[in-house]
Amino acid sequence: MSDMMKVSSNPHVRSGVTTSNIMMWVVISLLPAAGFGVYNFGIDALIILIISVMTTVLTEFCYEKLMNKKITVGDFSAVVTGLLLGMNLPSTAPWWLPVIGGIFAILVVKMLFGGLGQNFMNPALAGRCFLLISFPALMTNFVTDTYTSPTPLTALKNGGEVVVIDMITGKIPGTIGETSMIAIVIGACILIMLGIIDLKIPGTYIVSFVIFIILFGGHGINGTYISAQLAGGGLMLGAFFMATDYVTCPITTKGKYIYGAFLGILTGIFRVFGASAEGVSYAIIIGNLIVPLIEKYTLPRAFGIKPAQGKEEKKA
Amino acid sequence: MSNENKGALGFTKDTPMERFLNGLIIENPTLVLMIGMCPTLAVTTSAINGLTMGLATTFVLALSNAVISLLRKVIPDTVRIPAFIVVIASFVTLVQLVMQAYVPTMYEALGVYIPLIVVNCIIFGRAEAYASKHDVLPSFFDGIGMGLGFTCAITVIGLFRELIGGGTMFNVQILGEGSVVPGPAGYFFSLYQPVRIFIQQAGAFIVLAVLIAIMNQVKFNLEKKGKDTSKFGVGGCCSDLEIKDPHKVKEELLKKEAEEKAKAEEVKEEAKETVAAAAGSGEEENK
Repeated sequence: MSDMMKVSSNPHVRSGVTTSNIMMWVVISLLPAAGFGVYNFGIDALIILIISVMTTVLTEFCYEKLMNKKITVGDFSAVVTGLLLGMNLPSTAPWWLPVIGGIFAILVVKMLFGGLGQNFMNPALAGRCFLLISFPALMTNFVTDTYTSPTPLTALKNGGEVVVIDMITGKIPGTIGETSMIAIVIGACILIMLGIIDLKIPGTYIVSFVIFIILFGGHGINGTYISAQLAGGGLMLGAFFMATDYVTCPITTKGKYIYGAFLGILTGIFRVFGASAEGVSYAIIIGNLIVPLIEKYTLPRAFGIKPAQGKEEKKA
Repeated sequence: MSNENKGALGFTKDTPMERFLNGLIIENPTLVLMIGMCPTLAVTTSAINGLTMGLATTFVLALSNAVISLLRKVIPDTVRIPAFIVVIASFVTLVQLVMQAYVPTMYEALGVYIPLIVVNCIIFGRAEAYASKHDVLPSFFDGIGMGLGFTCAITVIGLFRELIGGGTMFNVQILGEGSVVPGPAGYFFSLYQPVRIFIQQAGAFIVLAVLIAIMNQVKFNLEKKGKDTSKFGVGGCCSDLEIKDPHKVKEELLKKEAEEKAKAEEVKEEAKETVAAAAGSGEEENK
């Protein structure tokens, strides 16, 4: 009897979708790319990934313990941040690089702004950009035992030749998680099939980027150039896993298209006109910053409410 | 001595000492008032830059405060801003020429930020808010206090940025390769890799934010101990945060409401009276 009298607040029908659920699936779908990175770069890559994940989780745990807050490590979001950060580092990075990056990402970008859901930019990318600005030489050292050539994107920028098929399978130098287009797309397919992400942002991102490099890349409609630009660098990883971060992307449909197009154009500008060959991470964190603005102007009209009228009419 | 005459830290208001401490700590222009951000963020790439900039500003601030205070009865209110600019610009030119002659390397390093002292809002702010309304001596010490407060803050910012971002302290290598520290500590220090972001603009914001946070925490700790800190300023976005006893807040709110009600009733009565009076006068006119 007492059970029947229980009053609870809505929602009364629960879907079973929780933050930790979603985050766990993101981790699982990141594993093909991370696994390929370990296969490609060896044990160094695995160590970097492990240090990175441990740092982010421990930082979040220690901060919440010290501040007497609810421990939210169980929601796997710190694991996602750590994994993404590790996948954005070169395998040659010294052990302390993911430690500094992880602490900055979690402590400064995520926890100081209020934890999950309050961070104003993607913590993993903010950590990467912090490291990229602070230690440019260490962050762009892609020379390992297997690879001595520059990354395909750098070669392309300097007018060299690239083998596109290698770039698609991933047998190229680069950061741990970005090299294999196939592995990333497999992971992305899992997320899309589960309905965790949709193609609105990645789709517009990639299409607008392709249009941009056709117009301004200087090679016109050149299949090799375009596919090398798509498969090289962090574009795929960024488009599917980082631009779609729930916290830092717009929630309105129109806003998602605008956001995607903005990222595509920015990435194009950085890659074609910028000094460095890569520009995905900067494009996405700059995109994160204009998300509040996009949301403000793409707010859908509530049903039955007239569009906002001019001031004079209101007065009348 | 009544409480109203009390200024910073219990000193009598508008005395030189009170003004000096007020600028240095209580209303520190950088960490509490948060004005003059342009040089704070731009020139603090090293401690020596911060120190030089701070001293140059202190010189201009103290003397322009004194002169503006002397001229405060002569300057017409409508043209006070141009008049302030003329006074401040003369002192800035003085500083500029002296620096160019005696410390040319610092002059080169600070570049355009020396002439920009003319439009530094600390100087304008003090001229407008204090010097143009008070006597010469307190105005002069207000300038010294504010200037040294600014100097301390930007020197500390510069010190941290230089140390973290370059491993040096006043151009002496402490951390990183070539550390001058001897012994095993020196070996560990030499392993340090400078975090370059701290000598770039983003680092300035991070260091400034940490300093302001420390400053605010000091105030909150004092308040928790029950000390009167109502004269102690708090900077940044926490400035409207106050630690208050919730019961007291409720009492105050009730009091305010009651006062407002009483006022509204008074206004009503007054309105009635005036209406009655108007009616009376109208009748008289009719007659």
